[in-house]
Amino acid sequence: MTKPPAKARPHFADEGIEKGVQKLTGESITPVIRDILKTEGGARLKVYMETCAHCGLCSEACHHYLSNDRDPKYSPAGKVRQTIGEILRKKGAVSPGFIKTACEIAFTECNLCRRCVMYCPFGIDVAYLMLFVRRICHRLGVVPQYIQDTAHSHAATLNQMWVKEDEWIDTLHWQEDEAREEIPGLRIPLEKEGAEIFYSVIGPEPKFRAQLIYQAAVIMHVAGMNWTMPATPGWDNSDMCMYTGDFEMTARLKKAHFETAMRLKTKRIVMGECGHAFRSVHDVGNRFLGWKTEPLPVVHAIQFYYELFRDKKLTVKQKFDQPVTLHDPCNVVRGAGLHELARYIIHETCDRFIEMHPNREHNYCCNAGGGVINCGPPFTKKRVTSNSVKAEQLKAVKAKGANIIIAPCHNCHGGLEDIIKHYDLGMEIKFLGDIIYECIKKT
Amino acid sequence: MIHDIYSLLRGPMVWLAFCIFAGGMVFRITAMVGLARQKDRVVFDYMNTRYALRSILHWMVPFAGVNMRKHPVMTLVAFVFHLSVLATPLFLCAHILLVKASWNLSWWFLPDGVADVMTACVVAACGFFLCRRMLLPDVRYLTTASDLFLLALVASPFISGFWACHQWPGYPVVMMAHMLSGEILLAAIPFTRLIHMFFFPFTRGYMGSEFGGVRHAKDW
Ligand code: SF4
Ligand code: SF4
Repeated sequence: MTKPPAKARPHFADEGIEKGVQKLTGESITPVIRDILKTEGGARLKVYMETCAHCGLCSEACHHYLSNDRDPKYSPAGKVRQTIGEILRKKGAVSPGFIKTACEIAFTECNLCRRCVMYCPFGIDVAYLMLFVRRICHRLGVVPQYIQDTAHSHAATLNQMWVKEDEWIDTLHWQEDEAREEIPGLRIPLEKEGAEIFYSVIGPEPKFRAQLIYQAAVIMHVAGMNWTMPATPGWDNSDMCMYTGDFEMTARLKKAHFETAMRLKTKRIVMGECGHAFRSVHDVGNRFLGWKTEPLPVVHAIQFYYELFRDKKLTVKQKFDQPVTLHDPCNVVRGAGLHELARYIIHETCDRFIEMHPNREHNYCCNAGGGVINCGPPFTKKRVTSNSVKAEQLKAVKAKGANIIIAPCHNCHGGLEDIIKHYDLGMEIKFLGDIIYECIKKT
Repeated sequence: MIHDIYSLLRGPMVWLAFCIFAGGMVFRITAMVGLARQKDRVVFDYMNTRYALRSILHWMVPFAGVNMRKHPVMTLVAFVFHLSVLATPLFLCAHILLVKASWNLSWWFLPDGVADVMTACVVAACGFFLCRRMLLPDVRYLTTASDLFLLALVASPFISGFWACHQWPGYPVVMMAHMLSGEILLAAIPFTRLIHMFFFPFTRGYMGSEFGGVRHAKDW
């Protein structure tokens, strides 16, 4: 049948994609795809593809679709049709030009946020399908440059940001020194065997947001926790490789992470406020290692802070006095159901809380997640314009009086910051840790 | 001649259609489970009866999910359609009489007036789906020729059945068209997108299990 006239796809130059595609030929692509389909394309791929009723009920779930004038190309099933649908139809015989477009769609037009799964009557996992396309791109050597660079960093250093071992230790010492000016007895215990808590963070914390380590140390100290951080690689819980389709690396990273926690004989891993890292440790990386769940308990910061307040380990000196709202990060809400716990912490620490709508499992993704922000500057503009619906959502909650957005996820911070700047919303973003640090009684 | 065709459609073809339907269904499900055993072992690890049923139930109750409430007309039409498309042929008096004549078996049947209304609902719903496919750009973008063909395939035994039942002009031929299209439809289910009828509990159940068991979240 005739299709409505398609708007031309805007072109974004990315060296990783361009150069990768230049090396491809029709003949080199097909055997690779067929191999992946044969070895990794199982029942899920087949059943999802054959069950989809082409009903379009998932369209309105996706912020890309809603933000791009409801262009069908950006609907979840539309993206499936343009990528893996076409690949299966042609049995892998696709052109380099096709791979280029498919790569751009899978890496920059889907955050693997799984909102659409909650809107599809069949529960078809579009995120799984898009990740399958990314896997194909990875195997073909066509990956956006910036995110591939972080994947290289993971491979070379076991952390996301090319942080060297001595830099890591220096940063912890530096934050310890700073924090001791405020609380003289404070320590950031390194390599403490048998500690109860193994505290892990993502690479960008020591690199760009070292004050978060400071704050975490203060919270741990005040709550009287028995905790430690490692002095060796394995400290980083982040994982861009699961988003580039480099699952072998994902397994290596999580293995290093779990083994470091076990080497120190800690009882559980508590991780900072990061969403994708939680997904990697709790939902993805463990699977590639053959673990149904994580081999030792992994606790996200939200749950950890919740426990501290519930058990009265922290007390509030003065509640945060400006109205706040909460952005529910996909990976810890749709991915871990921590939304009510986050609200508990906010009610403990803040005077006035205003919900944004939609919220909880139905919140819109920040459009940074799923590695999209990690695809870097070539796609920044597209990333913010493809989430005007988020800007609308924020505007509405700002109109109700909330100027401060709490977002307990690093990626969301990056994504929301860009949206706030682009749409000139004049709002401020905070971590739960920022609020807790500000409000608790420290002595 | 006409009589021969009628007997063929009334006898062997019915058997054939049922065999293809049942055999196809068993084949598709075993093949799927076999493939999952080979390449998607995680599915078995995470499948969780409680969460699977929780999700399936939420998606089988009209308006239980957010998206169903967002599309009230579609939800209503889809539920009436699916109910009618399954129940009308199973509980139609004329069908049951045929079974009774052959095997002396019978069960509860729908009053003819109700069956008429339900048949009309199926046809109207097919029209509605067709309009959606034509008028909504996102649905249109996804629509393939096979989707339109399936819509026609589903509608035809209902249109022809209604026609023949009311003895409108040419009904003897239409009756045969009714039998043939019904048989084709039945046989086509396992090998087309209509397979969603069997796969629904598996996809929804698995997603419900992952959301409930691993992610501690709702999926509706
Ligand atoms: S961005 Fe989220 S809602 Fe959109 S297609 Fe991807 S997983 Fe689905
Ligand atoms: S993914 Fe689900 S909601 Fe989207 S078109 Fe397919 S069946 Fe419909």
